Amino acid sequence: MMIPGNLKAKLGINVFKPGHQPHIRIKPGAETDARLKKVVAVCPAGLYSIDDEGKVVLDIDGCLECGTCRIACGPELLEWYYPEAATGVQFRCG
Amino acid sequence: MEKFDVIIVGAGLAGLSAGYTLAKAGVEVLILERGDYPGAKNVTGGRIYLNPVRQFFPENFWDKAPLERPVTTEIITMVSENSSTSMRFRAQDFAQPPYQSYTIQRSKFDRWFGQQATNAGAMLVNKSRVDDLIWDNGRVAGVIAGGEELGANVVLACDGALSLVAEKAGLRQPGRAKDFAVGFKEVIELPEKTIEDRFGLGVGEGAAQLFMGAFTKGRFGGGFAYTNKTSLSLGMVVGIRDLMETEPAINAAALLEEFKQQPDVAALIAGGELIEYSAHVLPEAGYNGMSPCFGNGVLVAGDAAGLALNMGLLVRGMEFAIGSGVLAAQTIQAALEQKNFSANALSAYKQRMEQSFVLQDLKTFQAAPHVLDNPRLFGYYPELVGKLMQDLFTVCSGPKPSFVRTVRNHLGVSDLPGILKDAWGGRKL
Repeated sequence: MMIPGNLKAKLGINVFKPGHQPHIRIKPGAETDARLKKVVAVCPAGLYSIDDEGKVVLDIDGCLECGTCRIACGPELLEWYYPEAATGVQFRCG
Repeated sequence: MEKFDVIIVGAGLAGLSAGYTLAKAGVEVLILERGDYPGAKNVTGGRIYLNPVRQFFPENFWDKAPLERPVTTEIITMVSENSSTSMRFRAQDFAQPPYQSYTIQRSKFDRWFGQQATNAGAMLVNKSRVDDLIWDNGRVAGVIAGGEELGANVVLACDGALSLVAEKAGLRQPGRAKDFAVGFKEVIELPEKTIEDRFGLGVGEGAAQLFMGAFTKGRFGGGFAYTNKTSLSLGMVVGIRDLMETEPAINAAALLEEFKQQPDVAALIAGGELIEYSAHVLPEAGYNGMSPCFGNGVLVAGDAAGLALNMGLLVRGMEFAIGSGVLAAQTIQAALEQKNFSANALSAYKQRMEQSFVLQDLKTFQAAPHVLDNPRLFGYYPELVGKLMQDLFTVCSGPKPSFVRTVRNHLGVSDLPGILKDAWGGRKL
């Protein structure tokens, strides 16, 4: 899976207000689910990756709140909320 | 518990249109927006078609709106492995006011629209995330936002394509991959004159360019470029199921990087500066994918109700958001007069939508998702056109075959059944 090297820099251009805790979490036990592995490809921010143990991990920093991962694998595998008020991405162009 | 006539969840186009309309009618309306300002969480491609929604606003409303450029020029580009074929259409009618469509940036437009709704008397509270609904006897009776209970006669869910509020209201299931696409785009700053020169536009004019072909690897989707005043919105839309099924797996962001390397695209953005990268899911299922849009004490409008339409040549959603927001507001006004907020009373919303362009257009083009769900459109045809054009334009060292022979070289008898089948499938558009 190729995630472009410049993606973090791209996300860094956005206005982003960090929250206190991640608003999306992989449900315990779902880390190796085949459906969840598919989400690595669909996240436009490239926040999902597979670690050395074959588990899917999520780094929430830079999340665009687009909803693609929720559509791709549903609330069954993810605890999915919008970020708490006054946090997360704040688009200036949109 | 504080109580309002109407609570609207989400200050996007549907929510603000409804809030504006209700406030103008003197209704006490609270709009809750989770972003720091309206538009902070919104993304479009994008362009908006104004003709269907002009009627809902005062005459000079759109003249003052912070829209980008009126679209005078439409460009469709088919990309093959090693060539591209463009069709460019410019209409004098599109270049004269009232302009039929504008490019738009939602964080700028929605923020202004929020101000208009506030001026009309709506209460707009930013930085407020709705977490749950309040129920009373099987009827939605308010929302819980930031731990605070807020009561309402009607809750209008305008919380976008995922609509967690409509889910909580029991009106829809979590979205499925086959019914949604994801759009992701870069906003790239360029001088006004450069934009006009590159797209061949007059001063202040805009272009919309859609790309389809090899760069989506034969999968459902395409690329777009919209000219803003001093930037380009350049991005892609790809079906989520298609993206999940692509083997070997390619990350969405990597697809966009490849798209940007297309010579046609690279020339458009050369020397530009990236100022934002954004993404959002969008409903693609059309009329047949719609969930119920009303219940006891609750209505759903805009993307939340699945009101978007990919017609291939045109991609629409924002007019439907505005139209449905206004029609929801009119339904709520009538319900307030009769003091009846039952699902039965609120079902008038669906009827209003059916009598308007909103559901009429979605119905007319209800076959579009099925017709567009055809890999040949994104692989076979762009390749065919590319090869044919190349041979037509090539002068080789030996004798050049006649044009008819060239066409027949590419379009044999064996190709016809497939093409006829696709044409027959497309008859419903």
